[in-house]
Amino acid sequence: MTDHTNKLNSFRRHKQKEEMKHQVITFALMIIFTLIAFLVVAAGMDKTYVIPVILTLAVVQVGFQFYYFMHMKDKGHEVIAALIYGGIWIAIITILTFTTIIWW
Amino acid sequence: MSQDHSLNPESFPQDPAKATQEGKHKYIGLWFFLGGETVLFACLFATYLALHQSTAGGPSSQDLFGLELVFIMTILLLTSSLTSVYAIYHMKNNNFKKMQLWFGITALLGIAFLACEIYEFAHYIHEYEFTFRSSAFGSAFYTLVGFHGGHVVFGLSWLIALMVRNAKRGLSLYNAPKYNTFAIYWHFIDVVWVFIFTVVYLMGMVS
Repeated sequence: MTDHTNKLNSFRRHKQKEEMKHQVITFALMIIFTLIAFLVVAAGMDKTYVIPVILTLAVVQVGFQFYYFMHMKDKGHEVIAALIYGGIWIAIITILTFTTIIWW
Repeated sequence: MSQDHSLNPESFPQDPAKATQEGKHKYIGLWFFLGGETVLFACLFATYLALHQSTAGGPSSQDLFGLELVFIMTILLLTSSLTSVYAIYHMKNNNFKKMQLWFGITALLGIAFLACEIYEFAHYIHEYEFTFRSSAFGSAFYTLVGFHGGHVVFGLSWLIALMVRNAKRGLSLYNAPKYNTFAIYWHFIDVVWVFIFTVVYLMGMVS
């Protein structure tokens, strides 16, 4: 029994180590995206090109944050995804309204 | 407590934060809250985007913002997100001391971020006389970035209270969900900051 438990524990530990490795890779990618975003702005390139690039980098980085750091990729996160995507949907509509329809 | 919730290697659950019904409810409750927070910050972002060119003759975003400080703040907050992932990793391995250590590092990075933000605001107020009342841009800027800073203050208070309260208790199924919900909240603060540094600072410097 104890032998079985030990095996189980070492299996779990191994799985968690694997997961931690993925988390560190995620972090490295997020740092790289941040660096690219700052470098593109510091290089002073044309604004019509820079803005879509940095916005895309931000969205991808936030995706990593949600799915890896906040575990939305794990099983049993359907309700949670619905909550967050509901919030994001209202966020998009609000920003669209404030920047296009409202006269300031 | 009527039950013994302390953990030993024999009965250690795979995910101590979601091993009890209460823990599961706390987890989903926090995400419900984060959905609402998304809408709250969306309103502040929308207001900022609509008003950021209404400077009323005062300083504009190009006059004010510098890349260096924002970059340092971004790295500080991003790293604190990773250290809280390490803390949760040690929680799942039932290593309370290492979990407290990594959460302690998270708190220090959060405090460093906050210090940079206070310096930044003080710099704008004293060097440029750019305040909340300078212009519509000023109001929108301080509301959005200040609200995020307020979330950092709240998160730090939450974390320090948890760490002090549980320092002598050790890890249990009662407090594991509390630490875990904090970690999710802290990641969300980082998510909001990614959009702040992109939309407010970087876009404010190119346009």
